[in-house]
Amino acid sequence: MMQNKDIKRLSLYLLFAPFALWIILLVILPHIGMVVLSLKEKIAPRVYEYSFANYLEFLNEPIYWNTLLRTGSMSLLVTALALLIGFPIAYYIAKIAGPRSRGGLFLLCLIPLWVSDLIRAFGWILLLRETGVISNFLLWTGLIGEPVEFLYNDVAVIVGLTYTVILFMIVPLVSTLDGMDNAMIEAGYNLGGSGFTVLRRIIIPYAMPGIVAGCIVTFMLTAGSYLTPILLGGKNSSWFTEQIYNQFITRFNWEGGAAFGMLLLFFTSLVIWLGLKLSGQTLANTVAKS
Amino acid sequence: MHFKTTLAGLLAATMLAGAGSAQAETLRLLTWGSYAPDELIEKFEAEYPDIDVEVTFSNNEEMIAKLRATGGAGFDLAQPSHDRIYAAQLEYDIYKPLDLSKIDTSVMEAKLLDGVKENTTIEGEVYAVPHQWGTSGLMADKTKAPDLKSWADLCNPAYEGKTSMRLKRTILLGTAFSMGEDPFAAYSDLDKYQGILDKVAEKLIECKGNIKAYWKGGDDLSAMMLSGEIVGSETWDSTAYKLFDQNKNIVFVPPKEGALAWIDTFALPRKAKADDAAYKWINFVLRPENVTLMSASTGAIAAVKGGQDLLPEDKKAAVNAAFTAEDIDNLKFFANIPPGVEDMEGKTLEKIKAATGG
Amino acid sequence: MTDNPSYDLECLDVSKNFGSIRAVKDVSFDIPSGSFFSILGPSGCGKTTLMRMIAGFEDPSGGDIRIKGKSVLGTPPNKRNVKMVFQHLALFPMMNVYENIAYGLRCNGVGNAEIKRKVHDVLERIALPDVAEREIHQLSGGQKQRIAIARCMVLDPDVLLLDEPLGALDLKLREAMKIELKLLQHQFNTTFVYITHDQSEALVMSDNVAIMNQGEFEQIGTPQELYHHPSTAFVASFVGDSNRWSGVVKSSDSTGGKVETEQGLPMSFSSAGEKTMQEGSRVNIFVRPEFIRTVRAGGGDLQDAAGENRMDGIVDSLLFNGANSRVLVRTGSGELVESDVTLTGENDLKPGEDVHLVWSSKQSMCFADQGKA
Repeated sequence: MMQNKDIKRLSLYLLFAPFALWIILLVILPHIGMVVLSLKEKIAPRVYEYSFANYLEFLNEPIYWNTLLRTGSMSLLVTALALLIGFPIAYYIAKIAGPRSRGGLFLLCLIPLWVSDLIRAFGWILLLRETGVISNFLLWTGLIGEPVEFLYNDVAVIVGLTYTVILFMIVPLVSTLDGMDNAMIEAGYNLGGSGFTVLRRIIIPYAMPGIVAGCIVTFMLTAGSYLTPILLGGKNSSWFTEQIYNQFITRFNWEGGAAFGMLLLFFTSLVIWLGLKLSGQTLANTVAKS
Repeated sequence: MHFKTTLAGLLAATMLAGAGSAQAETLRLLTWGSYAPDELIEKFEAEYPDIDVEVTFSNNEEMIAKLRATGGAGFDLAQPSHDRIYAAQLEYDIYKPLDLSKIDTSVMEAKLLDGVKENTTIEGEVYAVPHQWGTSGLMADKTKAPDLKSWADLCNPAYEGKTSMRLKRTILLGTAFSMGEDPFAAYSDLDKYQGILDKVAEKLIECKGNIKAYWKGGDDLSAMMLSGEIVGSETWDSTAYKLFDQNKNIVFVPPKEGALAWIDTFALPRKAKADDAAYKWINFVLRPENVTLMSASTGAIAAVKGGQDLLPEDKKAAVNAAFTAEDIDNLKFFANIPPGVEDMEGKTLEKIKAATGG
Repeated sequence: MTDNPSYDLECLDVSKNFGSIRAVKDVSFDIPSGSFFSILGPSGCGKTTLMRMIAGFEDPSGGDIRIKGKSVLGTPPNKRNVKMVFQHLALFPMMNVYENIAYGLRCNGVGNAEIKRKVHDVLERIALPDVAEREIHQLSGGQKQRIAIARCMVLDPDVLLLDEPLGALDLKLREAMKIELKLLQHQFNTTFVYITHDQSEALVMSDNVAIMNQGEFEQIGTPQELYHHPSTAFVASFVGDSNRWSGVVKSSDSTGGKVETEQGLPMSFSSAGEKTMQEGSRVNIFVRPEFIRTVRAGGGDLQDAAGENRMDGIVDSLLFNGANSRVLVRTGSGELVESDVTLTGENDLKPGEDVHLVWSSKQSMCFADQGKA
C-alpha cells in the first residue's frame, strides 16, 4: 500500500520535473540574474556597486522613455490592426469555410512562420523599396510619375509587424469561435438582431477570451520584436529592443541593458494588466484557456 | 550501494567520452563572416587531420559580448579589430597573452605588426597580432556623384535623399575629422572628446534630412547602391570592391580627410583550450598561397609583406582604382578605444537616431 | 384560403434542394392560429430543413411560406416574427437571464422601462420570477428550457418554432416538460410548431401532427387519427407499435377482405378509407399490441374474446412494465407477436404456456406493399 503510494508520488515528481527545470533554469534564474545585473552600477573598470542608477538613467533621459512609449503605442496599434484584420479571417475559417478547406486555410496562415523573421523582412523590403515591386508596378500603371519610397517609415514597420504577428491573433480566435454553437448566432438573428447587433452583442462577447488572449500574445511579440522594426524602420524610427541591444552590444553596458530589459517586461505587463482590467477578463479564462 | 556504483559508472562514461573527444582536437574560431572560407578550412583539415575547425561568424561588438558572457571561454581563437583589445582586456579580462615564438611573425608587414603590438601590449605582454587590414571610407557612383570626396559630402544638399551611412562609431569619427578635429588625439581627454561628439551629433542630426536610410549591413547597402536608390555612402572598402565587380562606376573613395584603417587581429580568448591548433591556423592562413584565397573571400588585404600583391586580380584592380600612394600615406588607423568611450559614443548614436531631423 | 388570416403559418409546395439531394419535396400545410402543431419524422427526413426555411435561415428552392397571410420569402430572419427555440436552446452564456430575455426587445428598440416591465412579466408567466439576475450556468435544465421559451415569447411572435428542445433533458424532466410546454402554449395562446422524432412528445402535446418521411408529408391529422387511421404503411409503423405481417389478398370488397400471410395463415381485415384492395396484390397488415388479446389455451374466456382473427402460440417471455406490460408469443410458424396484457400479480401468464391470440378484423390495418421493406 505504502509502496504503491510512493511510486505514485515518484511518478508525479518525474512528470513535474521537466516543467520545474524549465521554469527554474530557463525562466526564473535568468530573470533573477537580470534583476541583479540591472541593480549594479559601474564605478570603474571591474568595480561595481549596487544602486538604482540604471533605472534613474532611464527616467532622466527622454530618449529612452520616449522610445518605450513609442514602442508601446505602435505595438498597441499593431495589435488593433491584427485584431481588425484577423477577426474576419478567423471568423471565415471557423464559421464559414467548409471542414475540408479549413485545414488548408489554416496552413496558408502558417506559411509566413516557415521562414525566418529576417527573410520575411527582406520580402517586405523587396516589395516596398523605391526600386521595388510596388513602386515599379505603380510606375508601370502610370499612377505615379517617379519612383516612390514606401520603405523606411513607420507605416512599413507597422505593416511588417502586423503581417508577422497576425497568425498569433488568428489561432486563438479560431479556436474560441470554433467552440461557439452556430445556433447562438442564428438565435441572435432570430430574436431580431441585425448583423451588427449579433456581432457586437453575441459574437464578440463570446469570442472575448480569444480576443484578449490573441491581443496579449500579439502585443508581447510586437513589443519584443527586433529585426522587423530595425530593418523596415526609417532613420527616425527606433524600437525599445534596439535600445536594449545597443546597451548590451554597442555600449558594453550590460547593467543598463538589463535594467531596460526589466523595464520592458514591467511596461508590457502593466499594459496587459490594464487591458485585462478594462475588458473585465482574467488571465485564467483567456490565455490559459486557449 | 547500488546507487554509488551507478554514479561511478556514469562518471567513468563521462570521462571516457571526454577522453575520446580530446583525441580529435577542435579549433573553435570566432571571426568575421567570410574570414573562414570553406576552401581554406578543408585545406587546413587535410593538413592537420586531427583538428576539426568550427566557425562562429560575428562582429567586433558581439565577439566581445560573447567572450564577456563566458569570461573568455567557448572559443579558441578570436579576431577582433586592433582597437578592441586593450580596453576590453582591461575591463573584462577576456584574452590571454600570445606566445610570439609560436607565430611566424617574420612574414608580417613590420609596420602593421609593430602598430598592433604597440596597441595591444599590457604589462609587457602582447595580446594580438595582425591578420588583415582594410579601410572604411566612402563609396560613390562616379557618374552620379563625381564630387563626393569628403565625409561631409554625405550631407551635401546636392545629394539630398541619395546618400547613406551606418549609424556606428565610424561615421562619428569621420565626421569629426571632416570638421577639422582629431578625435583620436582627444581620447586622452574624455571631456574634450565629449565636446567633439556633441558637435558631431549636431552636424549628423542636421544631416538626417539628406540621408535616405541608415544601412545595417553589407546586403542592404549593396542593394541600395546597385539599384541607384543612393549615389554615395559611407562604406567598408570590401563592400565597395564587390560592387565594383558588378558596376565599374561604383568605386571606393578614400575621403580627403583620410580613410579610417582597421586591422583585424588574432587574439586568444582567456579560456581557450586549443592554443596549439590556434597557432597552427594563424601560421597557416598567413602563407602566401592561402593569403590569396583568404583575400578573395574577404576583400581585405593581408597584413603580410607584399599583401597587396597577393590580392586576387579583380580585387587588385578595385584597390588600384581606389587608392593612390598618397591615399595610403593618409590612412588614419583606428586608435585604441579607452574604457568608457564606447558608452559615450553609444549615447551619441542614440541621440542622433532619436532626433527627428527630417 | 391564401388570404385567410386565421392561419398563422402556411406553406405552399415548399421544396429545398441541396445540390442533387432533395431535402424537402413540395410540402404544403397550414396551421390555424393558436394551435400546437408538430412535425414528426425520423432523423434526416427534412424536418429541420423545413423549420430553418420557416425561420429564414435557408431559402426554399420552390414554393411559398406565408406568415399571417403574408409571404416572407426574401424577408431576412431578423425581420420575421417567427421565433425559435433551438435544440440546445442557444441561450447566451455571456448574458444573465434578464439580458437574455431583454436582448430581442433591445433589438426592437424598446425603451428600458418597458423592457423591465416586459421581462418581469414574462418571468412571472413562466413561474420563474426570481431568476432575472442569475447567470445561465446557474439554471437547471428545466429552467433553461423555460427561459429559452420566455426569451421568444416576450417578443409576441406569430409563430414559435421549437426544434426538439427536450432532447437534452433526462426522462423524468422530459415527461414533466411535455405537460408544461402544452400549458405554456395554452397560456400564451400562440401557434407552436414543434419538431421532433419522438412520437410520444408529438402525440401528447399536439393538436395536429404532420408525419414527415424522406422530404414529404405522409399524413397530417390529429394524434388520434394518425394512430387509429394511418393513411400509409409508414405512418402505421412509425406512430405507435405494431405487429406486422406480409401477405397476398385472397378476397376483398369495399368493407374489407381476407389475406393469406407469408406463413400461410389466413387473416381478415377491414378496409381503410373504403378502399378496395386488389385481389392477388401484396399487402402489409399492421395490428397494434393493445388490440390483441392473449388467452390461455383451454381457458373459458376464449368465448369472450370476440374477433375474426385467431392464432395459437406459446408464451415466449413477459415484458413487465407496470400498466404497459407485454407478452411475447411465439406462434406455430415461428414469428414473435407482441400483445398487451394486464398483469395483476395473481394467476398471470407464464413463459411456456399455450395461448391463443385473438383480434378483430377492424383492428387489422391493411396497406398495399410499396415494394420496399
